[in-house]
Amino acid sequence: MSYEIVARPHQQNFIDWAKDKPEVLVLSADLTNSCEVGKWRDTYPDRFFSMGMAEQNMMGMAAGLAREGFEPWLHTFSVFLYRRPLDQLQMSVAYPALKVRLVGFLPGIMTPGGVTHQAIEDIAILRTIPNMTIFEVGDATEAMSVLDIAHAVDGPVYIRMLRGEVSRIFPIDEPFVFNTARVLSRGSDITLITSGIATEEALRAIPLLQERGVSIFHLHVSTLKPFTDPQIAEALKSAKHGVITMENHSIIGGLGSAVAEVMAENGVQATLQRIGLKDTYAHGASQKYLMSEYELDAAALIKRIEKAIGRSLNIDEDELNEQRLVSVHSNAKVEAL
Amino acid sequence: MHESEIIKEIERVAIGIRHRVLAHTLSNNGGYMSQACSSAELLASLYVGILSFSTIGEPIDPPIFEGVPKIGTRTYKTGVQFHGEKGPDYDRLISSPAHYALVIYAALIETGRLREDGLEHFNRDGSTVEMIGAEHSPGFETTTGSLAQALSQASGIALARKIRNESGRTWVFMSDGEFQEGQTYEALQAASFHRLSNLRVIVDVNRSQCDGPMDSVMTIEPLSLRIKAFGWDVSVVNGHDISAILKAAEQVTSRPHMILCYTDPVRSLPILAERAPVLHYLRFTSAEERIRYENVYQEMTK
Repeated sequence: MSYEIVARPHQQNFIDWAKDKPEVLVLSADLTNSCEVGKWRDTYPDRFFSMGMAEQNMMGMAAGLAREGFEPWLHTFSVFLYRRPLDQLQMSVAYPALKVRLVGFLPGIMTPGGVTHQAIEDIAILRTIPNMTIFEVGDATEAMSVLDIAHAVDGPVYIRMLRGEVSRIFPIDEPFVFNTARVLSRGSDITLITSGIATEEALRAIPLLQERGVSIFHLHVSTLKPFTDPQIAEALKSAKHGVITMENHSIIGGLGSAVAEVMAENGVQATLQRIGLKDTYAHGASQKYLMSEYELDAAALIKRIEKAIGRSLNIDEDELNEQRLVSVHSNAKVEAL
Repeated sequence: MHESEIIKEIERVAIGIRHRVLAHTLSNNGGYMSQACSSAELLASLYVGILSFSTIGEPIDPPIFEGVPKIGTRTYKTGVQFHGEKGPDYDRLISSPAHYALVIYAALIETGRLREDGLEHFNRDGSTVEMIGAEHSPGFETTTGSLAQALSQASGIALARKIRNESGRTWVFMSDGEFQEGQTYEALQAASFHRLSNLRVIVDVNRSQCDGPMDSVMTIEPLSLRIKAFGWDVSVVNGHDISAILKAAEQVTSRPHMILCYTDPVRSLPILAERAPVLHYLRFTSAEERIRYENVYQEMTK
């Protein structure tokens, strides 16, 4: 099983999309090509503003532009959009609920740049900020269709974006739908909720699990705030052997915590296992290495499911490696910063 | 108005600002008094002689607080209504040190923009006339209480107006303490890089901050040289010399322009010097002290 690989899905798509939207501007903090907007800059030089390595000021200027009716799309790495300029994001952008779009690249452990470059608690922090809307894309179809969804939000939006060689998991004619999870399989043993790159990783394990008779209700979530899709509460109720969440983020404050809140508020009596970074920083290494080291990969998911159902499924590493989707771990995906 | 009449009017407004802030400080046993002493001529010059605002009719009654901005509240009412209608040829004023709110409210009253009894709502529950101004407060249109964010916000507004070829200028009123924050220097370099010649900044350099004299907390001098080094045009004036402020404000430059107004935080209220070195907030420590200020107020307003 493998997926179509889309090279740089954001690059041309964002150019085409912005063509008839003169209010859309790009603000960049010295990572223009790394965020696939170099060609955008060359296409619309009058709508592109270089802000240099100065994210606090970039956030404030975005706020001023948004107050005047422009729609600034800030492009930089995820980590630089909320850690250093958090007060500016809160007071200049989020409090007045301005239409500023924060397009964050290389979320979680996707960057080999190490701890300074790894946004592992961005969702946790941004979920607590009033007026924020948070999206995370899981494939090329979502990376391309998230633009319309973000554009329609009359307030600030943070997007965990994908770049480079990106798999197309979801059909091109099934775009991102606001606050609506995708049902990838239905089942009654385990409810599995995944987001971002964790979805593609989980999809490696699921056929093997299903072959062994484990029935999985699998939801892919791409709207992390608001988190009010009734499909989620419904899916949580049907899990015979518990709920598992899987995300490229700390287990504190992200998808796993959001699901825990929904379970508690709906009186769902089930065990929740959260796959994610277990309250730890990471370091600089390849995505594949880090996913294995921090137990964010398909093997980790199988272990958690075995624990949930109380029996071993005898899935050996070779078998799992055969499921290794070219798109996930190919060298084509290894990129510099 | 003739220039001499303008200056006379600015003098009247400046005196009125100090009187109102002192009266309010007396009746509330506290207030940002030194800020009124240092910035009265600066704010009076802005509102009377520098800013091009649309006229408003009768002084406006401060609205009650109707809630914080939410997603989809494009029509959220900010305190900019006290500056009149927005327009491409009109100026804008973004006030950065939001704790100067009392002084700004007094300036709005003296210039007929806020109703005279507006200060009765000051720091009252449910009022927009907050102690630290926010974007719903009279005279404010952004939220700047976390200091040094206004210059970036105003730069974004100035950039938007430049894109639209508007002739109106975007003014920022700043305090000197904000030159200790890193964001200020990020904003200085960006405004210069993007050639925001429609951006004008006026600073109350009163050399005083919460902990005491700035020289004892964290020096920012040589301020003029710093700002020039970032590619700005800078005018340095005595912040109580109205003619000098007006002259600096008239300067037309091709780069962003800043007027540094060096001021005295006890100007026209020498009794306040007894509080030195900490002048940030005046709260009377005894009934006796309060009576002495009361007597000074009586003398001043005779």
